Amino acid sequence: MAKMTLDQLRKLREETKGEMTRRETEGKEIQVIVGMGTCGIAAGAKDAFEAIVKAVDEHKITANVVIRQTGCMGLCHVEPTVEVIVPGMPATIYGKVDAAIAADIVRKHLVDRKLVSGHIYDRPAIDIVNK
Amino acid sequence: MAYKQFILVCGGTGCESSKADDIFKELHAQAEAQGVASDVQIVKTGCFGFCEKGPIVKVLPSESFYVEVKPEDAKEIIAEQIVKGREVKRLLYKDDTQKERIKTEEIGFYQKQYRIVLRNCGIINPENIEEYIARDGYAGLEKALFELKPEGVINELKIAGLRGRGGAGFPTWRKWEFTRVVKEEQKYVVCNADEGDPGAYMDRSTIEGDPHSVIEAMTVCGYTIGANKGFVYIRAEYPLAIERLKIALRQARELGLLGDDILGSGFSFDIEIRLGAGAFVCGEETALLQSIEGNRGMPIPRPPFPAVKGLWGKPTVINNVETWANIPVILTKGGAWFAKIGTETSKGTKVFALTGKIKNSGLVEVPMGTTLREIIYDIGGGIKSGKKFLGAQTGGPSGGIITEEYLDTPIDYESLTALGSMMGSGGLIVMDEDDCVVDVSKFYMEFCVDESCGKCTPCRVGTAQMHDILDKITKGQGKVEDLEKLEKIGHALRRAALCGLGQTAPNPTLSTIKRFRQEYLDHINGTCRSGKCKDLVTYSIDKDKCIGCSLCARKCPVNCISGSKADKYTIDASKCIKCGECFTACKFNAVLKK
Ligand SMILES: Cc1cc2nc3c(=O)[nH]c(=O)nc-3n(C[C@H](O)[C@H](O)[C@H](O)COP(=O)(O)O)c2cc1C
Ligand code: SF4
Ligand code: SF4
Ligand code: SF4
Ligand code: FES
Ligand code: FES
Repeated sequence: MAKMTLDQLRKLREETKGEMTRRETEGKEIQVIVGMGTCGIAAGAKDAFEAIVKAVDEHKITANVVIRQTGCMGLCHVEPTVEVIVPGMPATIYGKVDAAIAADIVRKHLVDRKLVSGHIYDRPAIDIVNK
Repeated sequence: MAYKQFILVCGGTGCESSKADDIFKELHAQAEAQGVASDVQIVKTGCFGFCEKGPIVKVLPSESFYVEVKPEDAKEIIAEQIVKGREVKRLLYKDDTQKERIKTEEIGFYQKQYRIVLRNCGIINPENIEEYIARDGYAGLEKALFELKPEGVINELKIAGLRGRGGAGFPTWRKWEFTRVVKEEQKYVVCNADEGDPGAYMDRSTIEGDPHSVIEAMTVCGYTIGANKGFVYIRAEYPLAIERLKIALRQARELGLLGDDILGSGFSFDIEIRLGAGAFVCGEETALLQSIEGNRGMPIPRPPFPAVKGLWGKPTVINNVETWANIPVILTKGGAWFAKIGTETSKGTKVFALTGKIKNSGLVEVPMGTTLREIIYDIGGGIKSGKKFLGAQTGGPSGGIITEEYLDTPIDYESLTALGSMMGSGGLIVMDEDDCVVDVSKFYMEFCVDESCGKCTPCRVGTAQMHDILDKITKGQGKVEDLEKLEKIGHALRRAALCGLGQTAPNPTLSTIKRFRQEYLDHINGTCRSGKCKDLVTYSIDKDKCIGCSLCARKCPVNCISGSKADKYTIDASKCIKCGECFTACKFNAVLKK
């Protein structure tokens, strides 16, 4: 992308903001967000990431699912952590996600729209940017 | 069918032991009985970190946070909340102190933490600038360049009351103002990402999770003080943070948020990365600047302060990563918004890396004025394996141990200093009864001996002397006079050392001598309560209690336990390496530690 002017920056912000809300409200797109800080990766976040990609593929829901990475969620004691945002369901953070649980999350949470018991952790804080 | 509501029942060990499982079953039964089983999913979760008030039940999407729930409450939760959609008010957690500290918003539900610095960590993809921009990224820069102008930026920071998070707590606006008013062509902006404090990783996580917040803030600073060049000094042991920073810098340049004529404002600024070799002293600002210049990282006397005479003798603003990460929010939300959070003297939040003998270790960000008890027990879930709390170390090798009786002190720069510790960069290490304060003090002193750059005699000689005395004490060869000696050298060091490393090196020792004098005396008399000081413990087996199960013998790494069922077991003290395995292994308390 080329250098922006002030107006272009504002436009880009509005567009991406709109894009993010659209994802959350329109109900089509599912987001799976894997914590990939140093400690997440050390705890096996890459395996969880790959397992999710594989499971999403197997269930043939690739078109509706965005898999992303992010930094530290603060839940370092239960790394790897994965947040799942399915429209119409509360955003959920899973901890200690190994490959098997990752597959479980895709099957139960993404496909069947049910939470996976036993691996949910509380979000540590509200989001001050969108409040 | 899709569920409309979700009940989360804590399945952590704390809550399970207080009937969470019965609550879980009862909720299921009640949902079934009241005919709403297909509307609500009831699941178990991991620990909420709030075991003190357990069992915890949370209902989504309403975010109702219930504490001290009993199995009998299940009926009401289902009948009221699931069937009728009304919260069970009497079970809700009420926290008045927290509301006081976060006056800005009526947060409708219970929240332990408040994330300003970490606002984007765990939410955005740090390798995608657009996600940062979508969350008001670079809006602070916009505002600085086109609306506030340099004086306006300084004014916002002043209203905000932001103080440096690198340890000393110097008001950020003042530092910037000193540099701004100096008339000089060339000035510099530096980010201190050296983070050498053992146990600390806040700055690493911030850069890994949200690199643009630092870049944006440094650019704002450049504009404010009249600098065109910035450096991020980061330790080479942080490869992922460095990689993400590089990507972020490249993306910012591509979009014209760094480089020439930023957003058509006429202001130009760029940032370079400089790698540090990981010496603790290089985190000290003058040493850090020396290191960027290519010299050996050794502190030089201040004044002149870097604000006036810094990098290559030019006026330089140097701030810590966390300080930087606060700034974009202060600009977008306003200094007044920020100033409402925290205590009288310390505004905003502080990020802590909570480690040690704590159930839920992790990065926590809390409003200034939160107490250590809240951090340890309401967020961290308390002490691991139910042991007794001994103390919490803040400020790393420059800080001190805070004991049980001071856990309710609201944390800010002043209160921690008054307790003989300091805020430091945010390492928070929790210790339990298995830790030995003398051993911990020795560890930190050893760290300082290793990290002392050797430039000034008080530090070079003083830390080594203090370490030798501590070492003697942990070996049972100390004398009562040694405590006085430690205090004397310590006080001399505080006054005479050139830089903060030497000046604060005595803190862990002096604070523990004050608060745990008896433990020092015990060591001098030949015993270590915790058994950490190996020279002071001997392991033996009480024949009356031993049932001859041989477990200890199988665990012993040096095979120095022998015996038989009939003869019972004995330890060959001459071979024992005092690892303590047998002590932990024996289920009959037959192994004695003395
Ligand atoms: C021995 C020593 C080590 C230090 N290490 C760091 C460090 O790792 N990171 C940091 O930001 N500040 C560190 N400091 C504090 C810096 O000297 C300086 O005060 C700080 O970077 C200023 O930024 P602030 O005003 O934003 O806190 C250290 C100080 C001393 C004496
Ligand atoms: S106090 Fe220690 S680290 Fe600091 S300059 Fe003196 S010798 Fe070096
Ligand atoms: S584990 Fe305990 S009971 Fe068993 S042999 Fe060793 S000392 Fe005796
Ligand atoms: S303390 Fe360790 S080395 Fe000594 S007897 Fe027990 S297990 Fe063996
Ligand atoms: S660094 Fe990984 S969750 Fe904290
Ligand atoms: S075990 Fe339930 S809150 Fe910790």
